[in-house]
Amino acid sequence: MFKDHFVEIRHLSFKREDKLIFNDVDLTINRGKITAIMGPSGTGKTTLLKLIGGQLKPDQGEITIDGNNLSNISRTQLFKLRERIGMLFQSGALFSDLTVFENVAFPMREHTQLPNDIINDLVSMKLQAVGLRGAKDLMPSELSGGMARRVALARAIALDPDMIMYDEPFTGQDPITKGVLVKLIKLLNDSLNITSILVSHDVQETCSIADFIYLIANGKVIGSGTPSELMNNPSLQIRQFMQGLPDGPVPFHYPTQQSYHEAMLHHE
Amino acid sequence: MNNFLMQLNQFRNNITESLAAIGRAALLLIQSLWFIPDSKKIISLLIKQIYQEGVLSLLIIVLSGLFIGMVIGLEGYNVLSGFGSESALGQMIALSILRELGPVVAALLFAGRAGSALTAEIGHMKTTEQLASMEMMGVDPLRRIIAPRLLAGFISLPILTMIFSVVGIWGGYLVGVRWLGVYEGSFWSNMQASVEFGEDVFNGIIKSLVFGFIVTWIAVFQGYDSKPTSLGISNATTKTVVFSSLAILAMDFILTALMFGDH
Ligand SMILES: Nc1ncnc2c1ncn2[C@@H]1O[C@H](COP(=O)(O)OP(=O)(O)OP(=O)(O)O)[C@@H](O)[C@H]1O
Ligand SMILES: [Mg+2]
Repeated sequence: MFKDHFVEIRHLSFKREDKLIFNDVDLTINRGKITAIMGPSGTGKTTLLKLIGGQLKPDQGEITIDGNNLSNISRTQLFKLRERIGMLFQSGALFSDLTVFENVAFPMREHTQLPNDIINDLVSMKLQAVGLRGAKDLMPSELSGGMARRVALARAIALDPDMIMYDEPFTGQDPITKGVLVKLIKLLNDSLNITSILVSHDVQETCSIADFIYLIANGKVIGSGTPSELMNNPSLQIRQFMQGLPDGPVPFHYPTQQSYHEAMLHHE
Repeated sequence: MNNFLMQLNQFRNNITESLAAIGRAALLLIQSLWFIPDSKKIISLLIKQIYQEGVLSLLIIVLSGLFIGMVIGLEGYNVLSGFGSESALGQMIALSILRELGPVVAALLFAGRAGSALTAEIGHMKTTEQLASMEMMGVDPLRRIIAPRLLAGFISLPILTMIFSVVGIWGGYLVGVRWLGVYEGSFWSNMQASVEFGEDVFNGIIKSLVFGFIVTWIAVFQGYDSKPTSLGISNATTKTVVFSSLAILAMDFILTALMFGDH
């Protein structure tokens, strides 16, 4: 185990119903770096984040976070560990009975003894960072999808975690906001040395800030490297994804039971 | 023959699934109540939940109690006056409400009003990943969301039941004494002479404690165990009402047999 590996995934296999989502996957997330996970819709990127967060248990293999092997720690320890990890859910997942302000304040109220005026300042800062300071008194139901996701981002960074997992932060954002979010993720990573896992389909945005990229498809890592390495990779599969070509070895159609197994064999 | 085997297999699967569900429900109960969150927070969470489950159920409880008491007053008077013993009306109203109708009807109403709302609320939190995101923030939803809802239900129903019974008896008094003219003195004194605290009032409270426990447990579990879709939530809500109503009536029979069976 190396000190600069924040997350280590070894021989991970995971099944849902009868479908093999991950098949013996190895993956390393470096401390203080932005690691992007890319891959076709439905390959299991969200599933991977949930496995790292300990919400799903691997069928086989091990996941280690900052030296804690998830299969060996107690429920209490797991919850303690999660206090140091922020996660931006794909759906936002804001608490629908709390205002925007209280949503962002929630982790602070739960895990710190900070007095109200300091929480006030901190929440305003976080909301300012995502450009939603003026929305603090709105309820989640009054937000647009993109706004909700930005509030969720502010909530995920509320406690200045050691690691943040972003599940598609750019989806549904206008070009300007996208640019701001890209800068914000980079800034958090640079200034606070936060380890970041970025799941995204936006090749350009992702390549502009990621230190390392994993491409996953059909239960396997089909390519990895720095953005420029992947961009210049001669493999058809990788080029197809990075350049968004409709035809190629990566199937666009959700596999039928039979062809799925064929596809798995094909890529082995 | 084949068909029969298939049905048998289906039946076995159903039983396995039911047993598994009971296991999950027991686990939920233990995990959420084993470590109660720290005292400062649990009090404010509990107060909020007692408001949601208890105070908001007050109106339906008071109105139903009133009408049921009035109906018993009317029916009881018709029967008793046939024997010239309408002075026993107070006794009849008090006993039937304190022992049976109070705990049972209040619990059924509670299942429909508060239980279904609990299931839908928790199911919605699950479907929209609010529970998952809470977990990821290092806050255990079993303690933060489930535990206060369970405790609030345990506390609310017995209180609601007492209110139901008091209002019910008052409704019987309105009809019997005020409207039909039963002599007020004998109405109350017969009631006082025949109702025993330990036997009738206390056993009624025990029943409501048991019902409160069952209804809240079922409601919370159905929400937590629901499929994370809108159809899943609506199925879970239906199950809460059906299962808790059946459980209330079955438990009522068992408890009544244990409490008053040897008379
Ligand atoms: N709760 C579930 N039960 C069963 N199967 C599921 C469940 N959630 C996801 N899946 C399946 O797991 C696979 C991976 O889903 P996941 O959400 O991880 O994909 P994803 O890579 O995040 O896709 P997207 O880019 O569209 O968000 C999908 O094929 C999906 O059908
Ligand atoms: Mg996803």
